[in-house]
Parts: sequence; C-alpha cells; structure tokens
Amino acid sequence: MSRIKNAFANGKVFIPFITCGDPDLVTTKKAVLEMAANGADIVELGIPFSDPTAEGPVIQGANLRALSGGVTTDKVFDLVREIRRETDIALCFMTYANVVYSYDAEKFINTCKEIGIDGLILPDLPYEEKEEFLPLCKACGVDLISFVAPTSEDRIAMIAKEATGFIYVVSSLGVTGMRSEITTDLPKIVSVIRANTDTPCAIGFGISGPEQAAKMAGISDGAIIGSAIIRILEKEGKNAPEMIGEFTKAVKTAIMA
Amino acid sequence: MTNPNGRFGIHGGQYIPETLMNAVIELEEAYNHYKNDPEFNEELSKLFNEYANRPSRLYYAKKMTEDLGGAKIYLKREDLNHTGAHKINNVLGQALLAKKMGKTRLIAETGAGQHGVATATAAALMGMECVVFMGEEDTKRQALNVYRMRLLGAEVIPVKSGTATLKDAVSEAMREWTNRIEDTHYCLGSVMGPHPFPTIVRDFQAVISKEIKEQMLEAEGRLPDAVIACVGGGSNAIGSFYHFIEDKEVALIGCEAAGRGIDTFETAATINTGRLGIFHGMKSYFCQDQFGQIAPVYSISAGLDYPGIGPEHAYLHDIHRAEYVAITDEEAVQAFEYLAKTEGIIPAIESAHAVAHAMKIAPTMEKDKIIVITVSGRGDKDCAAIARYRGEEIYE
Repeated sequence: MSRIKNAFANGKVFIPFITCGDPDLVTTKKAVLEMAANGADIVELGIPFSDPTAEGPVIQGANLRALSGGVTTDKVFDLVREIRRETDIALCFMTYANVVYSYDAEKFINTCKEIGIDGLILPDLPYEEKEEFLPLCKACGVDLISFVAPTSEDRIAMIAKEATGFIYVVSSLGVTGMRSEITTDLPKIVSVIRANTDTPCAIGFGISGPEQAAKMAGISDGAIIGSAIIRILEKEGKNAPEMIGEFTKAVKTAIMA
Repeated sequence: MTNPNGRFGIHGGQYIPETLMNAVIELEEAYNHYKNDPEFNEELSKLFNEYANRPSRLYYAKKMTEDLGGAKIYLKREDLNHTGAHKINNVLGQALLAKKMGKTRLIAETGAGQHGVATATAAALMGMECVVFMGEEDTKRQALNVYRMRLLGAEVIPVKSGTATLKDAVSEAMREWTNRIEDTHYCLGSVMGPHPFPTIVRDFQAVISKEIKEQMLEAEGRLPDAVIACVGGGSNAIGSFYHFIEDKEVALIGCEAAGRGIDTFETAATINTGRLGIFHGMKSYFCQDQFGQIAPVYSISAGLDYPGIGPEHAYLHDIHRAEYVAITDEEAVQAFEYLAKTEGIIPAIESAHAVAHAMKIAPTMEKDKIIVITVSGRGDKDCAAIARYRGEEIYE
C-alpha cells in the first residue's frame, strides 16, 4: 500500500504545508519532523517558485524568502533525502509546472521516486494538461494529485474518475490564505466526488486553525493547512518548528475528535 | 493556425488553476459562437472605424527612405488609433465579447499603461467596471497613464510583488480572476496566457496585417518584402504578421528588447536568451534560470519588459517562418530620436525597437525592396523617460 493510501486508511487526515527553505532548510527539516511527530499524516513540501500565481501574499512571501536564501530544486531534493532517513511519513511536493518541466520532467520525477516522494501537487496543471507529467508519474509510482475547485461543477466527475492518491478540494475562489468563513457548498462537491471514485479527498485553501480544520475534515477525508503555518514561520523564524509541532497536535486532535 | 487544443506546435495550452478552467472554456465557447456572428462583427467593425479611427494609415516614409538610401519604408500608423496604440483593437473586441457574455466588470494587466488605458477606455464606453493591475515600478515610469486610467473611471492597483513590473501585474490579474469570475472578464492584453487568449487576441489584432496587405497592394501593387514589429508578448507583431504567414516571400521580423544587451542579465529578449518553459498559462520560451525560476527581466520599454513571448511567435520561430532579433535600449532610443527628427513622428519606445532594426537593414537592401514597420504606439508617454535617459531631469 502506498504511503498516501496508508495515511487515509486510519481516519481523518491532516496535511500541513511548508515552503522549503523558509527561512532556511535546517528549519524546514526540523519543522517537518515536528509535524510528523505530532500527528501530521501527509506533509506537503513546497518547492519555491519565483511567481507563485495560485498563492496569496503569505505563501508568496515564503517563496521569495526561500529563493533569496538560495534554495534550489537540488537542495530541496537533498533535504528530502535527509528527512527520509528519519521518518516514513507520506510526502508530497507542491510546486509549479515550470519547476518540474524546466528541471527535465523525467529527471525530476525519477528523483522523486528515488528519494521517497509520494505525490506531486501542481496548481497550474489542470486535467486538460496532465498528460504533460502523468505518464512519467505513473511509471514512477508517484501520485499526480488532482484539484477540484468551487467552479468545477460538471468537471468534477471527469476529474474524480481518474484521480489517484487524493483529491485536493479547493475550498473557496481565489488564492491561498486564511479566511474567516468558507461559503462554498463543499458537502455537495464531496458527494459528487464520492459518487465517482474511492480516491479520498481533502479540503484546503483558507483554513485558519483547528476548529475550521475539524469542520472541513468532517465534510471530507482531511484538511490541508498552509498559510497559517507559514505565518508561524514568518513570526518565529528559526524558533518556529516547536510551535508548528504544537499547532499540528492541536489540529490533529481537533479533527480526530 | 491554432490546433483544436489551443496549441501552436508544442506551444500554448492551458496551464492554469482548476478554478479558472470553466471560465476559459466558457470564453472559448462564446468566442467560437460570436466570431462568426454577423451582428457581432458588424458592431466590432463599426467600433473599429468610427471609434478607434480605423483603418490606420500606411504612410510612405519618404525622408527616412531617402536618408537610409535602401529599401522603401512604409509605416503602419497604429499610433494614430484612438488611445494612441494598437491595444485598442484587442480591447474593443474583448470588451464587446465580454458584454455579450453578460460580464459587467473588466480586469486587465498593463506594462507601459497602453493596454490599461485602452481597457479603461472600452470599459467607459461600454459602461463596465474596470480594474487595472500595474507593477508599482511601472506606475512610476508611466505616471501619466495611471492618471489617464483613473480619469477614465478605472481603478489602478499598483502591484508590489516580485519585480513589480508587467509579469507581476499579469500574475496579480490572474489571482484576481480566480477570486471573482462570475461577473468578471480578464481582458488579457497580449497574445499570451492560456488558450483561447493567444488566438482571440491575435484575431482581433489581425486587422493590422489585413489592412497592410490591402493598402500595400493599392499603393505598390505588390506585397512588401519585410514586415517588422516589436515583440513583448507579441500582439502588435502577430497582428502585423498574421495575413502574411502564408506569403512565404514576405520576411517577418520581430524585435525583442535586448535591454542593456543579450550578453547581460538586464535583458528581456526571450527568443534570444530564453528557453522552453511553462508559465502564465502557456508553454513557450521564457527567460529563466536553470531551475525554472522566472528571470527578473529588464528593458527601458515597460511594454516589452516581459520574460515570455506568445506561443504563436514561439512556433513561428521554431519553424523558421519569422525571425526574432534583439534591439538594445541605446539602439531603440536612437531610433526614437531619429524618427522624430526625420519624419516628425514620435514613436512609442516599444515601436522604436522595430524602427531601429529597419534602420539597420534598409541600407543593405535594394531600392526596389519594401519594408513595412508597424509603429504600434505613439511616444508621448515616453518623452520624460527618454529625456532622463539622455541626462535631462524632466519629470511628468
């Protein structure tokens, strides 16, 4: 069983996100290990990109901080190699199509397999363009994660039927970032997904803390949190890992309750 | 030339968030319907002629021709259009389409401000709300255009992220579109972005080459030997090239902004210095580093200061149908001054890149050869910046 499938086999999952190298790779490693130790089920590792068009200001800031610190794709691969020595948690890369394409997609995805990356999340790769990387991902056993958005409507069934790993359900219109309220009819979206596939789905975008995460995980199979974690890094810098661990524990406890 | 899936050879496509997919599908369906609708075309052609002042003149630049002593030079005067640039062609088309689709709000990105001004103009004309995203750096370089947009009733949002120039304005407009789709049309200003934008914008700009062809046949009884236009994203260039693509005897030349030189990092010459990538919804050539990070490009021209190029240009380059040359800031400024002094026409600094290349090749050509230069816009907006480039402390 793949690590992602395994993660969803034990009840509701929590998927925290972190941008690699914000503020430095040592801090990222510590934070990921704290997440793993405190109940995270899958960790989304962001490879920074110069122009992250799907991100709100908070994660944009993390991308720029990481890049100005000199982080590169190769350095992120090395980070994953180190992390893999210490944990067997499911890991996904979250980045943009050009980071994969420009590296040489075959080399990138082969490396994912070699270093133990389980899934690839690319917000600028919709269903229509997934053939760009899907054959390579399939050959390497890396799940190419599909997105469903509030505007997907008649596309949900088509996307769900071919999805593997898990389905990333975008909670709201717009970019990533914390929201006080999520108004999309998510139960309806999730019911269409479930009518078309056994692949689990997790909700992300705009989830600010434990309470909202519990609500979202209640509707689906899990919750994804990014900006709220980046906020901790923004404020605490190198001292953030421990607090991220506490935050992870609080979210996981809430969604399991 | 567009394949059914929005590809030009390997270029193009729809590399955008799922949130936007139904919006671009809706746009494609609406466009496919209206482009063949006689009523739509009649309305658009009326707007082109009565409002935008089309057809634009094809002017024989006699003094310039005599001075350079080679090929005969014609200028396609897009600078004489309402709002002072070719941008109005695309904007009138898209605004009319958006209106037919029931949209009430236009958003746009702008570099030099010409596309923003054109969008604000069309929004005012059609009674639509308008929000323009402009890199903060560009709002300083083109302060007068910011005022113009506001005067026309648009809201201008300075974009501070990234390099605070055109690419960041595009990213921010895309973000805003994912945030508000229902009532909003993203009026993209160039032949770039996800399908169907490169095709829609090209079709609305193709009026330029359609007119050049008719006017040239009338004036000279034959086709030109070369058509030269500046290229950022490439909308005035593709508009100037389109109806000549099948006429293989007509050389098509795009002039990119070399900035301080293609051997420096301060350049925006995508074909000359970039490589294949995926960005802003399309596969094409981009200025980027070895890890795919988009390069912070530079040009004296805010309108050419973009790290990518439209997918149809990338394809024309691949099949060697068009040639893409790089023109430095200094060459463009010299051409800007030259056209002003020689013909009494102040071109946009963007268009001056095309003029500069014609100045290089015209003297090497026989006198019976003909060159058409598209003067994509007028240069009033650039006067203060060029004065400063020449050491005069003039501010708008």
